[in-house]
Amino acid sequence: MSKTIFEYSSSGRKGVTLPRRDIDTPLEKMIPAEQLRQKPARLPEVSELDAMRHYIGLSHKNHFIEKGLYPLGSCTMKYNPKLHEALVRHSCFNNLHPYQPECTLQGSLEILYDLQEALAEISGMHKVTLQPVAGAQGEFTGIKIVAAYHKAKGNHHKTRIIIPDSAHGTNPATCALVGFEPVELKSNSRGRCDLDHLRSIVDDRTAGFMLTNPNTLGLFEDQIEEIAEIIHSVDGLIYMDGANLNALLGIVQPGKIGFDVMHFNLHKTFTTPHGGGGPGCGPVGVVEKLAPFLPVPMIGKNEDGYFFDYAHAETSIGKVHTFYGNFAIQLRAYIYIMTLGAEGLRRVSENAVINANYLMALLKDHFHIQYPEYCMHEFVADSSWQKKEYGVSTLDIAKRLLDKGYHAPTVYFPLIVPEAMMVEPTETESKQSLDAFAAAMIEIAQECREHPELLHDAPLNTPVRRVDDVRAVKVLDPVFPIQE
Amino acid sequence: MPDTKGEKMPYISNTDAERREMLARIGVGSFAELIAAIPEELRLKQSLNLPEALSELEISSLIHDRTCGNVCVQNANSFLGAGVYDHFIPAAVDTIVSRPEFFTAYTPYQAEVSQGTLQYIYEYQTMICELTGMEIANASMYDGASAIAEAILMSLRKNKLPKAILPATLHPEYVKVIKAYTEGNGVELVTFASKDGVADLADLAAKMDDSVGCVVVQNPNFFGNLEPVTRFKEIVNTNPKALLIAAVDPISLGILIPPAQYGADIAVGEGQALGNSMYMGGPLFGFFATKLDMARSMPGRIVGGTLDKEGKRAYALTLQTREQHIRREKATSNICSNESLCVLAATVYLSLIGREGLVEVATQSAQKAHYLADTLSALPGFALAWPLTPFFKEFTLTTPVPAEQIIRDMLNSGIYAGVDLQPFGHERKLLVAVTEKKTKAQLDEFADALREMNYE
Repeated sequence: MSKTIFEYSSSGRKGVTLPRRDIDTPLEKMIPAEQLRQKPARLPEVSELDAMRHYIGLSHKNHFIEKGLYPLGSCTMKYNPKLHEALVRHSCFNNLHPYQPECTLQGSLEILYDLQEALAEISGMHKVTLQPVAGAQGEFTGIKIVAAYHKAKGNHHKTRIIIPDSAHGTNPATCALVGFEPVELKSNSRGRCDLDHLRSIVDDRTAGFMLTNPNTLGLFEDQIEEIAEIIHSVDGLIYMDGANLNALLGIVQPGKIGFDVMHFNLHKTFTTPHGGGGPGCGPVGVVEKLAPFLPVPMIGKNEDGYFFDYAHAETSIGKVHTFYGNFAIQLRAYIYIMTLGAEGLRRVSENAVINANYLMALLKDHFHIQYPEYCMHEFVADSSWQKKEYGVSTLDIAKRLLDKGYHAPTVYFPLIVPEAMMVEPTETESKQSLDAFAAAMIEIAQECREHPELLHDAPLNTPVRRVDDVRAVKVLDPVFPIQE
Repeated sequence: MPDTKGEKMPYISNTDAERREMLARIGVGSFAELIAAIPEELRLKQSLNLPEALSELEISSLIHDRTCGNVCVQNANSFLGAGVYDHFIPAAVDTIVSRPEFFTAYTPYQAEVSQGTLQYIYEYQTMICELTGMEIANASMYDGASAIAEAILMSLRKNKLPKAILPATLHPEYVKVIKAYTEGNGVELVTFASKDGVADLADLAAKMDDSVGCVVVQNPNFFGNLEPVTRFKEIVNTNPKALLIAAVDPISLGILIPPAQYGADIAVGEGQALGNSMYMGGPLFGFFATKLDMARSMPGRIVGGTLDKEGKRAYALTLQTREQHIRREKATSNICSNESLCVLAATVYLSLIGREGLVEVATQSAQKAHYLADTLSALPGFALAWPLTPFFKEFTLTTPVPAEQIIRDMLNSGIYAGVDLQPFGHERKLLVAVTEKKTKAQLDEFADALREMNYE
């Protein structure tokens, strides 16, 4: 068990040296007495070495990409090139202030302008904003744009957005946040949108439709043209959740096949690191008629150079971030695109698809697959056989995988597949590493038959054993009790 | 699929031979068969129009060329602030943040192999509660602006009232984000006036009524001034249901009264100043803390301590039934991540800087800012915009010529003079920020350069 940093404290111990005071005005002369803090915050008092041992010690308790395969479906845990980390730390990037005069930011603005253009080309969209800082914030921005479009057209009756039952939970949450009512669309037996059901729920109130393509089953929504016709016929807009864009690079441009607005996850498709849950970046691309509603500023270019463009401020949805979004993340994605080029990006998608299908082929005799056709970049297996025969759940299998040095797939999602395990190997994994992962899964399938109790007990050799998350809710403990 | 011999295949491991072997195992002859589900007419017929791929060496030199188009604050004498600050960052912070164990991990969904991430978030939550005086903090929001917006939404959800009152002294960029977040939810935003660069409490009192769900105060405010925070609660309480949201600079909490002590119900703010580089304004992170009785209404991730099956101390994501992956449209927010790595930087920063260090950073920032304010306001034509109003590390100057001209002139001397407030509707006003990093010599250099311009 590791102590918290607070338990290393020793009164008066220091972890930094600060400059001596060359000006020493008493606080009382500057700040009204009633606004002064009485007691200092009880922060740790540790040496640099204490802190380093502690946090490096914590780091050893994490699974991470360099340690082993991280097959979280929909999350796209591909390798994050170290070149990006080296380049973004240049002092002429990390020491830039957002309110510097534009003439001192030309290098950064040129990169951002080029990134806007590259993402527009990749997606087939007319214009792209880089401002949203996460996929969910990209969704929020995109759906705000849908709302702004209808408002500008006086479509006040458009109050609903249709979302398939296989969608990410953020989709309905986003609609609610913007003030739309989400309406659920059923999937058909092929794992795609049920068009009869769609026709029955589309009406004049339909403001838009949110679709993940490929969907969360890893299947391409092949009826997109018909869907677009149905939605556009009532002046609805089609939003693409771009979480799975990594399957389509150089193969399909969403902006050219019926989608009106989409977000990108730079931290998935363009391999910026996930950072343990952020910072990410969720740019949004739109077709021409929606460009007036994009957040401000865009990055513009004229004969004098690059600039923050507020020209459409009047029609814009405003801002979703204090400044210009996550510049350090945008920068990494730019470097990635420049390193790969058109051919490299297409190869990314090809190899992602081949790797996923290869892994599915290795596993399909051992785990049930509800939609067994060729998949795109990910597939959904499940533990229904194991559950029925041996009482072993997907959670047990996920925990057993941790013992074998792997992260678990995304589990219990999508909701339409019971005991789901959504597997996305990504293109950066080699055949050998996929073979090894499949062998581990097959071994687990065998353990389910022979030693199901082992799985209920798993994980056995992780830094902690199975964590009691029910207790974490019942006995809420969000703060360490610091001793004076 | 054509062979790739000689082509650049960055970050893809498999060889052509392996790919052929894999396709055979799948049972197809070509990649095209795998994507047969994509109708032919939907496919891109030509190659994407992107610049040619670059090698590691080529992209490195391109990026270095681009950096030459920037002038960073390290190569200038900068007084820029307004939400993003150039505080000192110990080198050890980056040592931790650069570890792939932290930066290539995902959200800690599998707790047993994410104890590193979960524990630092738990320590961070503790530190934020310690700074603000609150009882529970979440794992962070996208930035200070969205943290305030989510605090407003949470307040109005909690007390089912429609109106939020914002101060005229709130950061104007935050106001834009708040507008985007709240519009469409039936939220009514009302602004109360300012007087002497701080809240006009009489106007706030006049605007309080039964429909007010929350009141926001930013301290120090956009202009750097210290609000009369201790006098807010009494006014807000005229509607007993209304909540007080305090947006604060975490560095200032080294010396300023914590929000819980003046009756704030929710404390939020921009956390960048805690150990995170400025990066032209992103990534940032917003902290969000409140009282325990509001835990279940909070947006975002929360980490809690618990036990593993052997009774060993462990950490897990908790109260997840508030979140979008379970509640979908009934969730408290659509946020499904945090700015975890920025939080890690803040946690390591606060550990290293420590109890006395934070007091020292805040004190020196205030001392240097006040010295500079005294010096600059003594120059002919310059004055503090509100000479009697107290401030922390940032102050607003009235300038003899448009601030834009001063900024341009000072740039020639390698000085970033501050933020021009004209675009925010304040003519001839310059917002000047000072941190502990400034030396007395750098402050004098700025004053000397201004004096030499002889604006009057």
